[in-house]
Amino acid sequence: MNELPQQLVNGLLLGSMYGLVAIGYTMVYGIVQLINFAHGEIFMTGAFGALTVYAYVLPDGTSMWIALPLMLIGGILVAVLVAVGAERFAYRPLRNAPRLAPLITAIGLSLALQQAVWAWYPDAKSARTFPQIGGGPFHIGNVTIQTGDIFLLIAAPVSMAFLAYFVMRTRTGRGMQATAQDPDTAKLMGVNTDRIIVIAFALGAAFAAVGGVADGLKYGQIDFRMGFILGLKAFTAAVLGGIGNIYGAMIGGVVLGIAETLATAYIADLPGMEKFGTQSWADVWAFVLLILVLLFRPQGLLGERVADRA
Amino acid sequence: MRQRSLIAVTAALAAGALTLTACGSRDSGGKGSDSKGGTTVVIGVDAPLTGDLTAIGLGIRNSVDLAVKQANKLKIVDGVTFKMQALDDQAQPSSGQQNASKLVSNADVYGVVGPLNSSVAQSMQKVFDDAKLVEVSPANTNPTLTQGNDWQKSKVRGYKSYFRTATTDAIQGPFAAQYVYNKAKKKKVFVIDDKKTYGAGLASTFSEEFKKLGGTIVGTEHINPDTKDYSAVATKVKNSGADIVYYGGEYPQAGPLSKQIKAAGSKVPLVGGDAVYDPTYIKLAGPASNGDLVTSVGAPLDQLPSAKEFLANYKAGGYSEEYGAYGGYAYDSAWSIIQAVKKVVDDNSGKLPSDARAKITAAVQNVSFDGVTGKVSFDEYGDTTNKQLTVYSVTNGAWKTVESGTYNGG
Repeated sequence: MNELPQQLVNGLLLGSMYGLVAIGYTMVYGIVQLINFAHGEIFMTGAFGALTVYAYVLPDGTSMWIALPLMLIGGILVAVLVAVGAERFAYRPLRNAPRLAPLITAIGLSLALQQAVWAWYPDAKSARTFPQIGGGPFHIGNVTIQTGDIFLLIAAPVSMAFLAYFVMRTRTGRGMQATAQDPDTAKLMGVNTDRIIVIAFALGAAFAAVGGVADGLKYGQIDFRMGFILGLKAFTAAVLGGIGNIYGAMIGGVVLGIAETLATAYIADLPGMEKFGTQSWADVWAFVLLILVLLFRPQGLLGERVADRA
Repeated sequence: MRQRSLIAVTAALAAGALTLTACGSRDSGGKGSDSKGGTTVVIGVDAPLTGDLTAIGLGIRNSVDLAVKQANKLKIVDGVTFKMQALDDQAQPSSGQQNASKLVSNADVYGVVGPLNSSVAQSMQKVFDDAKLVEVSPANTNPTLTQGNDWQKSKVRGYKSYFRTATTDAIQGPFAAQYVYNKAKKKKVFVIDDKKTYGAGLASTFSEEFKKLGGTIVGTEHINPDTKDYSAVATKVKNSGADIVYYGGEYPQAGPLSKQIKAAGSKVPLVGGDAVYDPTYIKLAGPASNGDLVTSVGAPLDQLPSAKEFLANYKAGGYSEEYGAYGGYAYDSAWSIIQAVKKVVDDNSGKLPSDARAKITAAVQNVSFDGVTGKVSFDEYGDTTNKQLTVYSVTNGAWKTVESGTYNGG
């Protein structure tokens, strides 16, 4: 059992990544009831934006301590631009269309973004290497943490705290809550709902970009399809935590990540379960967990308390 | 208002489409030869030209292109101009089958080189066999493709039109096991595969031979090729006390897997098959991959005298991609079709007969020539008679030949 702490940390890291991306799904859903399936690709463009800063803007051999903040800014900038552009040109014209129209648009946009990066980004036809932070790994007891993971361990809670502050304490944040509760009334009360929706897309994209940078640092490579599976998992995390609830997104992500890791690590050891315990079955177990949670709590782990949703 | 936004979207799309065409620098290949009268024989190519395995797929396409150009230049078959038609299967069995139907319906296609993936080949074999169109794969290594599902007990050839120039996993897996156990002196292995036809097949033939030799399998895992977080698996490997990891799968997953196993604190080498033998693997796995091993079919091209001409011509051809792990095999595959066409045309007084596809298929069975990768000929199952394999290891960021050998049974 001595691998349990390590596996929990593995799961926590994987889950934090899901959580960072899930926030974007949950915020947009909370406000416009749209499942933005292109969000996984926003995550991908964020990672490529950061890579662009490192590979083409900064001089070769820049220290990661200087490069990382600039890469983050670059990644966030690109992701936010793409997301706001998507909102303006793909979703806003369909705001009052039947629910399925923007959903299909989102799927189309997701494919278009993948292909655009594939076609135009230099050498993106196969995976591109992402810069790494030197040093490490760190050992705490028998738990090993990679240098690249430190960023994720810090970035995920900091992002979450910032988001909570923003939504609860600022004027715009309260506007978001109001729009989520009732867009028409919020509009009558003088809330610029169009602006609020753009901000929700932009915030979600910024967190996805942080996730994209974390993904690059963790795995050392990024490719044009990196957002697809991760987006799907993040969406699952958002539903697991209670879609529309920003804290639920983070908690759903962590629960999902840990569930997947533990399923890989331990299910094979149960008598008679050897066949069902390998990593390729981890996703199946993650979805079994999702179904169980939804059976007993259809609103997700934290539920969607309307006052919190934004 | 609605109409205006529609116009805006259309304009944006049109602009996008225009830029796309402008930036489309990918060459479509096969435009090199102009037929001036005479007969045109098209050699189809099916390989992944986009996606993860692009590097290998483009190497195959370019090598066939080179073979076609050489055949035209040297006028191998009088009155016949060869052309190439390359299709992208994205490593997906469904795309492969569509491509197969497309090639069959083109009456000028008399032979096909490809595919790369064994799983794709499974979906194409019947389509080609029904049309009696010959298919020569430069890369498929799964034994069932030529010897039937029960190949360990009784070999039955399923499709008379299917051939391959690559050796099978039935040889490669045991060859790797013998090297790991006898030469590298590793006794405890952790076996991982990606559940695909190729990877699972390789992992099982390796495991069997390794156990027979007296080694212990301390753990098995199957990974999901769509994800790239293998940290849970890496932790298991570390705690299993394995002194080597065998991976049945392809380099896009093998690279990150090796990297994460080493990062988890397990400094044991990863051993892979021919689909890991690609320069991209080293890039993906990072510096920790030093000492990782692969087995690959045939002898290294730069050491074979017969390959010198190919290497020189490939360089002169100005292809922007490397010929990759299967370039030489793709060239030989195409050349065996060209030889068969020559035989059929010569036998029919310089013209293609009406049942040319069937005749060419029969002729491929009997080809024998000195190719890029050595002697090229096929046995009664359509497998290559060349049973040479080579072990390579990562040394200072590049693949170095460790040793070549011929497998001769357990």
